[in-house]
Amino acid sequence: MMNYKPLVPKDNDGMPVGKFLLASLRPHGKIFTPFNIISVPIIMAGIVLIVIRFVYGIGSITNLTQEVPWGLWIGFDVVTGVAFAGGAYVVTFMVYILNMEKYKPIVRVTVLNGFLAYVFYAGALLLDLGKPWNVVNPIIGNSFGVSSVLFLVAWHFLLYMIAQLIEFSPAIAEWIGAKRARKILSGMTVGAVIFGITLSTLHQSGLGALYLMAKEKIHPLWYSEFIPILFFVSSIFAGLSMVIFEGSVSNRVFAGQISEKDHMGHDGILHGLSKICAFAMLVYFFLQIVVFVHGKHWQYLDSRMGAWYLTEMIGFVIVPMLMYFFSYRTRNINLVKISSLVTMVGIIINRLNVTVIGFKWDAPVHYVPSWMEIVVTLTVLSIEIWIFRWIVRRMPVLRGSPAWVPDDH
Amino acid sequence: MGINRRNFFRAMGITGLALGTGKELNAVPDRGDETEFYGILYDATRCVGCQSCEVACALANELPEPDPEDYPVAGTIRKTNENRRSVINAHETTRGEVYVKNQCMHCNQPACAAACLTKAMYKTKEGPVIWRDEKCMGCRYCMVSCPFDVPKFEYHSANPDIVKCDMCFDRVKEGELPACVADCPAEALVFGTRRELIKEARRRINENPELYYDGIYGEDEAGGTGYLYLSPVHFEELGLNTKLQKKSYPELAKGFLYAVPSIFIMWPAILLGIHNATKNNSKTSEDHDEL
Repeated sequence: MMNYKPLVPKDNDGMPVGKFLLASLRPHGKIFTPFNIISVPIIMAGIVLIVIRFVYGIGSITNLTQEVPWGLWIGFDVVTGVAFAGGAYVVTFMVYILNMEKYKPIVRVTVLNGFLAYVFYAGALLLDLGKPWNVVNPIIGNSFGVSSVLFLVAWHFLLYMIAQLIEFSPAIAEWIGAKRARKILSGMTVGAVIFGITLSTLHQSGLGALYLMAKEKIHPLWYSEFIPILFFVSSIFAGLSMVIFEGSVSNRVFAGQISEKDHMGHDGILHGLSKICAFAMLVYFFLQIVVFVHGKHWQYLDSRMGAWYLTEMIGFVIVPMLMYFFSYRTRNINLVKISSLVTMVGIIINRLNVTVIGFKWDAPVHYVPSWMEIVVTLTVLSIEIWIFRWIVRRMPVLRGSPAWVPDDH
Repeated sequence: MGINRRNFFRAMGITGLALGTGKELNAVPDRGDETEFYGILYDATRCVGCQSCEVACALANELPEPDPEDYPVAGTIRKTNENRRSVINAHETTRGEVYVKNQCMHCNQPACAAACLTKAMYKTKEGPVIWRDEKCMGCRYCMVSCPFDVPKFEYHSANPDIVKCDMCFDRVKEGELPACVADCPAEALVFGTRRELIKEARRRINENPELYYDGIYGEDEAGGTGYLYLSPVHFEELGLNTKLQKKSYPELAKGFLYAVPSIFIMWPAILLGIHNATKNNSKTSEDHDEL
């Protein structure tokens, strides 16, 4: 896989755009890779399940109940997925707002990842809607539910996807050789970045704010009026851990795309990111302590949920934080990668604790996702990775821009 | 350095957009106590558990006919679902068996309506909280938000509806009584304005203090509800949630929503400022946007 021969020129160089795009449709790489062998059956099963869901209703493949109306598809696909996609706003902040040149090589791939994440999580949201054909109502309809946090989140998803597309668009222009379009689009980057960071701040916290009205339904250890702030701060290290993880995988899988220089610089980037993660986690941990003490939650610690809470706070916040600190000090690149994995597991646990595990924790019957919900979730993930791979193998995402682009990239 | 024309217009545009969006996001539902909402007073001391209200409800709303074998028994909780909007439950209490009716509470400031991003769930100015098919996306955020777990979803339908009591809004508009109130043989249900109902409830408690528990469920719960309850025993014994906050539920998200416009104005300005302050760090040409 590492040394495949490209079938088309990497970037368009004078070919008519239509012909070039047609040539790009051909598969570029081996067909029987382990990922393909696993993902194709999952996607096929998932499509069958999605058809069943649209014919017989959401209840036909999910375990959702009248008391627990949001399950895995919201709690994991949307709430957790968007936290992981937070890397895009953090990295664009570092590169375009703070002008930290060092992180430039990972901007495009991070923005692409974020963009695809949003497209697919919004897509997953459609599967969860009872009447998805009415999804346009809050956008174009005359019925703006402006007092709804979900209204804000929906609009922000839409606007942020547009902002991210603008941020990524110079790569597409370079790929198809549209020189003038590239100039115009790259002129819009900083504006899109500023708009995108503002939107991200609000909807990362907004996803937490969705649960503010469910006061008595969420376990007190996870419910507080500070959920929005906790969600926002944790999205910083959730997103960056995803960037570290994705970067480590891409560096291996798409090695042919990455220049020698970027390859050498990658470890330095990961060390820098792990330092930021460690500090963000320290802030997050202090916030959690403040929330805990402020809410006088001591009496809950001596219970099963209390033990679970401590597991989350110690095992998946303090431990990975120390691992990040230590990996930065000792420049241990493997430890960085392990820390990112532990942090990501912690984020999954945290988001599921708020949205699924701690939701109606005291009910006699608990919601547990059905295997079909899990397969559909894996289908969404697999298709996203397919599209990601398709784009990375073709467009100048990981490799440098073509020679005609003014700045070195 | 400094602000050039392009950046100036960009900042203006972002601020304008923020102001435009910000204004809308301020909206909160009407304060209940300023409007004369209609409501229903349910008196558990009068209810005989005959389920006439359930039958009337099913007929009025074209729901499946209730199963005559399914009657209230103390110890089992009958829940509302997509096929029944109102149920009678029996509870074994310190003062013998007492019946209680469960349905939508028609809050003054409903969490479901504040949660709804399409205004499908809607607090009418008459008082009933209604659900509108053509606006609903089926996102079920109303169900997540409702402190009483009232809205139900048709999980086994390709075009699912949200099902809940709408206080027979169509009948109320025509000046008729809600079906359950009209058909109650024991006069356990009274329809009227909330103000009248609270007065009536107080009168009953004052005239018969030994018969009633001293309190009206729904007067303050969740910021006040359109359905009001009188009971011979503490409401907890009737399975009513007494741990709910007295503030309205939309109040909980208000702080966040109020912060949105200010972040929308301040963030872009700050970010633009930092961007301009740091851009000399990178040795770029005049066209600094070509990053």
